[in-house]
Amino acid sequence: MSIQAEVHAATGDFSIHAAFDAPTGSCTAIVGPNGAGKTTLVHALAGLIPLRQGRIVLAGQVVDDPAQGIQTPPDRRPIALHSQHNLLFPHLSVVDNVAFGPRCAGLAARPARQRAEEWLSRVGLADLAELRPAQLSGGQAQRVGLARAAACEPNVLLLDESLASLDAETRTDVRHLLADIEATRVLITHDPVETRVLADQLLVMEKGEIVQTGTPEEVAADPRTPWTAGLLDINLLTGTAAGTEVALEGGLTLTTATPMTGPVLVTFSPAAVTLSTVEPHTSARNTWEAEVARIQPESDRVRVLLGAPVPCQAWVTPQAVGELGLRAGSRCWAALKATELTVREA
Amino acid sequence: MTGRATPKEPNRRPPIAVLVAAIIAVAVLALPLVGLLQRTPWSTLGTRLGETATLEALRVSVVVSLLAAAVSMVLGLPLAWVLARLTFRGRALVRAVVLLPMVLPPVVGGIALFFALGRKGLVGRALQNWFGIDTLIGTTAGAVIAAAFVSMPFFVITAEAGLRQLDTRLESAASTLGAGRWTVLRRITLPLLAPSLAAGATLSWARALGEFGATITFAGNHPGRTRTLPLAIAQANEAGQPEAAIAMSVLLIGVSLLILIGLRHRWIAPRTTQQKNSSEASPS
Repeated sequence: MSIQAEVHAATGDFSIHAAFDAPTGSCTAIVGPNGAGKTTLVHALAGLIPLRQGRIVLAGQVVDDPAQGIQTPPDRRPIALHSQHNLLFPHLSVVDNVAFGPRCAGLAARPARQRAEEWLSRVGLADLAELRPAQLSGGQAQRVGLARAAACEPNVLLLDESLASLDAETRTDVRHLLADIEATRVLITHDPVETRVLADQLLVMEKGEIVQTGTPEEVAADPRTPWTAGLLDINLLTGTAAGTEVALEGGLTLTTATPMTGPVLVTFSPAAVTLSTVEPHTSARNTWEAEVARIQPESDRVRVLLGAPVPCQAWVTPQAVGELGLRAGSRCWAALKATELTVREA
Repeated sequence: MTGRATPKEPNRRPPIAVLVAAIIAVAVLALPLVGLLQRTPWSTLGTRLGETATLEALRVSVVVSLLAAAVSMVLGLPLAWVLARLTFRGRALVRAVVLLPMVLPPVVGGIALFFALGRKGLVGRALQNWFGIDTLIGTTAGAVIAAAFVSMPFFVITAEAGLRQLDTRLESAASTLGAGRWTVLRRITLPLLAPSLAAGATLSWARALGEFGATITFAGNHPGRTRTLPLAIAQANEAGQPEAAIAMSVLLIGVSLLILIGLRHRWIAPRTTQQKNSSEASPS
């Protein structure tokens, strides 16, 4: 385990109580509404906020244990933090900002600069090395901030909304970069796609507590709170596009409205899927026969989880379930309009 | 970075009374200088400034004011840090005491120093008993102490304001990248504070350079040791040598103008707070 955390901490009147573990090299995504305590939790891991009670072990090092009087300052923890505000040092050039961590770790000026340049080119900003932070756009500053934290090459990399202000294209690149980083990553995000693609485990926080933990798929299949459902109620499939045809990993081919080529992510709302007992003849470009994996009634609707050939969810009314005779193990036809699909580069 | 003022709005002519008062104010401030410059013996200014007594006073002034500014910085910066960053009981009182010399008549400061640091004073006796320092009165060290007494508050107040404006999240960010406290101080806090430190140092140095009352009351008026330019000017004026007094005054006016030019960004045309450059730096 790279992270074993039991955190009871407070800032002002607000307190958080959260416990989780994360294996070495894994990626943990923290999601939750604003004010849920996500940043507080990450700051506690970083050592910016003291624990009232609990214990944090990072990469085998007990960094917090108030009962034993242990409270390690941030600079002696095996972490690096990228804050959502970037907080680039205004008096240092971009490359010196990124070289800051390596220099603190004891690297000489030249190798530190080399490492900084490597990371800058990995976030696609090698040619901005000599600029000052004030000359960067918001998205550029965010990538520099991310590079600066990553250049520390820490055991545990803490990322507070590190992709929030990136445009779609850069976001994809940076997402790949984050997926490749070896460090144990803890990532605060509001993006369901990011969550699904990057995270090995998902922590849902609300009102200072972790209300649900699991793989993104587990949580999406059974969201415990309305907020979680709202965030994760999105079907996400991966496939390979050739024009408007996307060959999904499960063997199905979907027709989309957006021509693309290469690996793609296809997303659509569970509300966009209609179910029927016989093969439908509709304007919907995509129809397939699917197995019902699970039926899950919720307050005002029923969540139908479809299994093979491609796992996805559909919302239907309780009446429809009865009329169609849906139950786990039964078969049904699914229809999905091409225009309901969002396709983006994987 | 545009420094241009916004275009003048129409129909906003200032009232006549305001203009008249403003012109009178400028006259009150500027006319004495004009009068002085009009009386200045420009042709012999060079030789007068080259006189031994003048050069000696200049040397004492430079040494005393620079040392006083140095003392203000070395002691004032930690004090500013304590005032800006720590919360403790009596902080308001400490700040009031620290700033008191700014509003206190300097001669009162001189008297206070005399009775504290003089031979029979509270600290003076201790100095003599423990360190064998006979007296500070009449010494250059005494003049430095008098100048530091009046000038340190200028440094402390400027540095404290700078520290308060500093975004402490930058220091936290540095620590989460592995910087220890000293590294944070050396590579983040002090560089970010540099403009405030420079301004504070210049202000306290300027105040020390002009110091008269506390110095003459506490350290005395001894040529080559405590007789700074202001003291020499007063001396020359009283001794019926107005030309010498004028020449040295012109010298101090020149120095003061240079200081103002150095501080113009802070006072004469205050910069807008941290202009954000939103333009794309380069295509990406």
